[in-house]
Amino acid sequence: MAKKPVTFTLNGRESAAFAEEGQNLLDFLRRSVGDLSPKYGCGQGGCGGCTVLIDGEPHLSCLTLAEAAAGRKVETASGLATGPVLHRLQEAFMERFAAQCGFCTPGMLVSAKALLDRNPRPTREEVIEALSGNLCRCTGYEPIIEAVLDAAGERARA
Amino acid sequence: MYAFDYQKAGSVSDALAALKAEDAQPISGGQTLIPTLKARLAAPSALIDLSGIAEMKGIEVAGGMVKIGGAVTHQSVADHAGVKAAIPALAQLAAHIGDPAVRHKGTIGGSVANNDPSACYPSACLGLGATIHSSAGDMAADEFFQGMFATALDAGQIVTGVSFPIPEKAAYMKFVQPASRFALVGVFVSKGAGGVRVAVTGASESGVFRWTAAEDALAGNFSPDSVPPAPAADGMIGDIHGSPEYRAHLVAVMTKRAVKAC
Repeated sequence: MAKKPVTFTLNGRESAAFAEEGQNLLDFLRRSVGDLSPKYGCGQGGCGGCTVLIDGEPHLSCLTLAEAAAGRKVETASGLATGPVLHRLQEAFMERFAAQCGFCTPGMLVSAKALLDRNPRPTREEVIEALSGNLCRCTGYEPIIEAVLDAAGERARA
Repeated sequence: MYAFDYQKAGSVSDALAALKAEDAQPISGGQTLIPTLKARLAAPSALIDLSGIAEMKGIEVAGGMVKIGGAVTHQSVADHAGVKAAIPALAQLAAHIGDPAVRHKGTIGGSVANNDPSACYPSACLGLGATIHSSAGDMAADEFFQGMFATALDAGQIVTGVSFPIPEKAAYMKFVQPASRFALVGVFVSKGAGGVRVAVTGASESGVFRWTAAEDALAGNFSPDSVPPAPAADGMIGDIHGSPEYRAHLVAVMTKRAVKAC
């Protein structure tokens, strides 16, 4: 099977790797690039565990062809922290115990980041809508919603 | 997934030329097609990506019409100030398709061409009397939709855009299937130069349809009280989420709500 080079920006850095024909972006990021933060949950676009940002917008990487990401800006949860300094969303998730098993957390974090980048002071309803494509099966949604609202509050004070 | 070639088309003519290859298939947002490929329910030789075609990405509001390019995403329709002002019901419909990730990727052309029996957009096309622009020419929505997953298009033809006449008033009411956010039943009602139109999605095994009995009653008196009793349950979809009788009942309920919201 022919492989094609795909050049893109991953978390602000120029990256390149070979994509197999028909390879989806999730598989490409995990196996070819080595970023394990996006998760393989259902593989059918139903769970949101594989959510990444492409040009700042949330996309399901399992339903995106790797080749379609060429030349675009991809962000994953791996890029949220700056060195040892966590992103305020990560801090808020920690404070609120918003991650239990942690499998949905990277998808939740990037969906929340897309929301706050676009709407720094969301209402509770807007947070719920923004996270509506991300399933959590153990923590429960309440601490996650509260964490996003906390992080938004911090931004407003900053 | 079976192996296929991937090609990003730069223009409509490029795409049409590439689609002449045997078993080549167009892909737009891919939110339906990629799961289908993963399930090995389709085996195209090549996927021709329409999502980067500039001439299919515009939204124009002029001359009493809203024209949306086939490669425009649901989110772009939902956010567009001109669409929100001209046909708020259409922007609101787009804002509630699926979840944010689906809305940033899924396109109007893909939704219309796929004609899923529970998709939202076909009801707006039929409920507003839209014109579907395609590589096979312009067609009225009434002729375009031909039953579940069936349209007037043949293989190798693509939807390039949709023009919606701006109505006097319109509303879309969707009873959501809460997991998928597809319409368990969705009703798009409009009143405009072309009279009253009532289009129903999610309910019928024949796909999106116009509920003419309700249109006739509402043409006389545009009020929720004029909506006739539920249509017959024959031919309605029955599944784990709702029986045919339940869906038939919802058709009347959602029509009343839509008329009230107009």
